[in-house]
Amino acid sequence: MSSGADVPSDAPAHCPGTQSDDAGKASACAGCPNQQLCATGPKGPDPAIALVRQKLADVRNKLLVLSGKGGVGKSTVTALLSRAMAHRNPDENFGVLDIDICGPSQPRVLGVLGEQVHQSGSGWSPVYIEDNLSLMSIGFLLGSPDDAIIWRGPKKNGMIRQFLTEVDWGQLDYLVLDTPPGTSDEHLSATTFLKGTDGSWGAVLVTTPQEVALLDVRKEISFCKKLAIPVVGVIENMSAFVCPKCTTETRIFPARTDGGGAEQMCIEMEVPYLGQLPLDPRLTKCCDEGKDFITEFPTSPAVVALEEIVTKVRQFFGDGKGERQ
Amino acid sequence: MLDKVKHIILVLSGKGGVGKSTVSTQLALTLAEADHKVGLLDIDLCGPSVPYLLGLEDRDVHQCDEGWVPVYTSAEKRLAVMSIGFLLKNRSDAVIWRGPKKTAMIKQFLEDVNWDELDYLIIDTPPGTSDEHITVMECLKTVRTEGAIIVTTPQEMALEDVRKEVTFCKKTGIPILGIVENMSGFVCPNCSECTNIFSSGGGHSLAELAKVPHLGTLPIDPRVGELAGTGKACVKELPDCTTSEVLRELVRTLTTVGQ
Repeated sequence: MSSGADVPSDAPAHCPGTQSDDAGKASACAGCPNQQLCATGPKGPDPAIALVRQKLADVRNKLLVLSGKGGVGKSTVTALLSRAMAHRNPDENFGVLDIDICGPSQPRVLGVLGEQVHQSGSGWSPVYIEDNLSLMSIGFLLGSPDDAIIWRGPKKNGMIRQFLTEVDWGQLDYLVLDTPPGTSDEHLSATTFLKGTDGSWGAVLVTTPQEVALLDVRKEISFCKKLAIPVVGVIENMSAFVCPKCTTETRIFPARTDGGGAEQMCIEMEVPYLGQLPLDPRLTKCCDEGKDFITEFPTSPAVVALEEIVTKVRQFFGDGKGERQ
Repeated sequence: MLDKVKHIILVLSGKGGVGKSTVSTQLALTLAEADHKVGLLDIDLCGPSVPYLLGLEDRDVHQCDEGWVPVYTSAEKRLAVMSIGFLLKNRSDAVIWRGPKKTAMIKQFLEDVNWDELDYLIIDTPPGTSDEHITVMECLKTVRTEGAIIVTTPQEMALEDVRKEVTFCKKTGIPILGIVENMSGFVCPNCSECTNIFSSGGGHSLAELAKVPHLGTLPIDPRVGELAGTGKACVKELPDCTTSEVLRELVRTLTTVGQ
């Protein structure tokens, strides 16, 4: 019954283990400050893990978009990646789940601001952007864009659990998860649930070139390593800005001169480097207006760079052999 | 521990990467240049940027009888800094904590740091409206807080999150000192053409919408970006740039509000 693995290091002698049936009830538990907690707390792993596994059985690949740093373009990259994949593979299905509870951006970026989600017999129906691209975000559940979600961790976790168990995604080839910055509740919950599912999963990390962003992204890579999340690779966003008037290239967020930048960090941290996306004011505008940058500016350097990144991501999941680029 | 602190200012934003830490550090440095005694507390536990920005990454926090001794940027001790970054062994180490542990850490930062006498304590926060923000708001209820400076970038995508932060302040009764718009316009060093990479004017319109003051507009200036990691004050190194002008104006506003 007691495996020994769940006996805390500072537990009294003969502790039966926190997950044991005797937890809180054995004679050794008398006087232990956590007796009450052990006796009443739920035993075993979170039952939601099995539920998520069952619900996501038809989801082939799961892709987390992470970054330790905020404002580096996680949501933009999430939207670009899923849109590019949906265009390229019209017979596959894609879903986007926005787990940034306090600052959801996907409804705006994907151009479905103000839409509502509907409840059906099989759960919440996500909002469809294309025939093969759907989205779920807390943004759809807010009454006004000014509404703030002032929640501590457990409530945010409950919401994420609900998104993973109660949304009717249908069959999906890829579920792309857009995350908030950091290495805290949202990330731990999503990871715990995804770990228990079948099929492949992995994380793409987004950064900008300057050291202050890389500093936090290094922490996110440490997080992935600690939790054994497979790292697909790192994308450097906002790399260079090309002046629309004189076409001079400026590095607005410069990397450290002594061997800085995302590519160098990837070597240092032993993770793959997927490529860079330029800083394009037209892309900012498309995100604000919810337009599809890929169809609006198909020949822009950002789209060309994106196509290459998409190929690398799909290769990681064993897809895309012989696909056009 | 905060009873000898005269004014407390929060730097908030719903959005990440808009320049909260840059504004916090430069504001602290500007106040220190103006001969105030300043404290800077970084409560971004998962992504502390203040030690790097001020060039203090190799420094340690020490214990004394009164509590933790913050890190001072100079021998004159005009600027005291506290961040979780000083407590990590390696700069790549991740702080993988859920809410309750973050809450406990922030409480410790507010209660156990020996700030001594301060004219201003600036608190740099992570993005969002969650554990860190609720904790700080609750802890500061008992002490006099001047209010919050909200930082945003001009594009709709950022403003959307920042509007939520404004709601947070209003709901929890934190006075909003005003909104600073950052990364507004980039002037090409070659042809002097100004491009609004992240759009422009968003901070101003948000200030109008929320009926709070607009404290200034900071352009994208790579020269200011280069000060990151040096701990140098923008107002001293680049006294004539727009950023310095806005910072001086900001300090003027704060010092008059405080009286």
